Amino acid sequence: MSKRNASESTLAHDTWAVEARGLVKQFGDNRAVDGVDLTVRAGTIYGVLGPNGAGKTTTIRMLATLLRPDAGWARIFGYDVVKEPQIVRQLIGVTGQYASVDESLSATENLIIFSRLLGLGRAEAKRKAAELLEEFGLTEAAKRPLKNFSGGMRRRLDLAASLIAQPPLIFLDEPTTGLDPRTRAQMWDTIRRLVKTGSTVLLTTQYLDEADQLADRIAVIDRGRVVAEGTVDELKLSVGTSSLQLRVQSPTDMDRARQMVDQVLGVKSVVSPEAGKITASMANADQVTDLLIRLREARIHLAEMSVQKPSLDEVFLTITVHGVKERESAAVEDEHELEVTRV
Amino acid sequence: MSNVSITPEIRRSLKNHTSLSQSVRNSFTMAYRGLLKIRRTPEQLFDVTFQPIIFTLMFTYIFGGAVSGNVYNYLPIIIPGNLVQTVITTSIVTGVQLREDMDKGVFDRFKSLPIARIAPLAGALLADTVRYTIATVLTFAMGYIMGYRPNGGFGHVVLAGILVIVCSWAVSWIFAFFGVIARTASSVQGISMLILFPLTFLSNAYVPVDTMPKWLQWFVHANPISHLVSAVRDMVNTSAFGGSDLVISLVGAAIIVALFAPLTVRAYMRRT
Repeated sequence: MSKRNASESTLAHDTWAVEARGLVKQFGDNRAVDGVDLTVRAGTIYGVLGPNGAGKTTTIRMLATLLRPDAGWARIFGYDVVKEPQIVRQLIGVTGQYASVDESLSATENLIIFSRLLGLGRAEAKRKAAELLEEFGLTEAAKRPLKNFSGGMRRRLDLAASLIAQPPLIFLDEPTTGLDPRTRAQMWDTIRRLVKTGSTVLLTTQYLDEADQLADRIAVIDRGRVVAEGTVDELKLSVGTSSLQLRVQSPTDMDRARQMVDQVLGVKSVVSPEAGKITASMANADQVTDLLIRLREARIHLAEMSVQKPSLDEVFLTITVHGVKERESAAVEDEHELEVTRV
Repeated sequence: MSNVSITPEIRRSLKNHTSLSQSVRNSFTMAYRGLLKIRRTPEQLFDVTFQPIIFTLMFTYIFGGAVSGNVYNYLPIIIPGNLVQTVITTSIVTGVQLREDMDKGVFDRFKSLPIARIAPLAGALLADTVRYTIATVLTFAMGYIMGYRPNGGFGHVVLAGILVIVCSWAVSWIFAFFGVIARTASSVQGISMLILFPLTFLSNAYVPVDTMPKWLQWFVHANPISHLVSAVRDMVNTSAFGGSDLVISLVGAAIIVALFAPLTVRAYMRRT
């Protein structure tokens, strides 16, 4: 297959950068990936979200031809990762969880070697390396050995190395894990600009705000399975509506206030006694006006009022904790819950 | 990212196989990487620098009197023998270093690049010929200092050196294979020494074979190391060229590469 074969089956998949169905990978007794389906539209950022050990990295490694799936199939721009791996490799860039650059060499040497491997000439490789170092703000450190690089610099170099061939699809495995907040924000900017140039990005993360900030669509992975998939808003909606939180000034008004909330909003509110806080889900924001007027008429004074949107944290906890309860497999449960709470 | 723009996949010309010329090019780039690494960490050349010096001195003065009556007469026997032993042993380090290298994240990138699968291995092995060359030159230099004047002359010494380097490169594929399948670098070292130690010592490298028991003579004659040592001795001491020992050495080297290069690449690709 020297030129792209314009058969109908491949053309139909043109808009899909990634298509995976029923991916399975087993390591001994551990089913690291247990039937993952993914569909990523070209030109978007797709987030794969999950706790440690959920199977994110294993999934990426299979999509990037680094690992052979035990079952299922995956296509990158219509090319099968098992049958046409060398074509897939020409379409992807991979930035691993641990910097996949050569520690003993300098930044320039790294980029020149990768450029030469990708078929660039001597002069061209030099130019490309200088250009990328400039782009990623590494020019000053270009000659230094990587041993003295900070985590953020290493990640940037790693990403730079993935962009030499300007691949249309880039895999980023936990691109900001272990970075400080400022470096992390820089990384986010870089990723956003990347997509503007026409690339598709598939990133894994265990940070919910990262997925929230970057991703157009998200798949939540837990124990090797996709437990939820959709846009950020869809996922938040699936957990519920925003909630109204009130705190009254005098604790003696608590019961009356609560009755009013239940009446006006038509829901059952929850009281947390220690904080003196009433929480009720708020389906219709307009009703809050009525509630506030009623409270004023009854001379109940408020100390605090806030509206809380459901966060991805709640989405995550709801989905993964439900999953645990459903399956009730005691063996790994403790370890798993520990991971959830850590997130 | 002003000047970086992505070429859409539809406008790329893609192919699923790697041409031979690309494989060679990729391997040489990887060899360049190996050379850069040697330049950055010159301390990894300690073994190829000191082993030839120490071993040549040691064995010559220990065995010289016993085997050949005096040190001077022993030199034509020991220098070729020690050369083969030292350089072949050096090839173990190739496997050990390959194992250490493969544990690093950078190998993930090599695997994800559209390059020849053999390149990261062939490149590492190619770069290590620098090590063999250093060991070869130093062994002959030590011999020269101790009074060894090979009858074959400088030209034959160079040819013999190249023969040993080529054969060691071939043998290093065996250790590269261990390097790829083993779990740790130290186990590569262990297995390799276990194989190579008897092979190099149960040969004609240090002593005349006819002093050994019959059953051992049989093994020593069958041992490919003995043939390589004989080929080198013939070349440097008597200018003899093209004897059966030379043919056996070269054919043996070719067989090792033909067998272990594909095995190693396959194991490398299968390893996660």
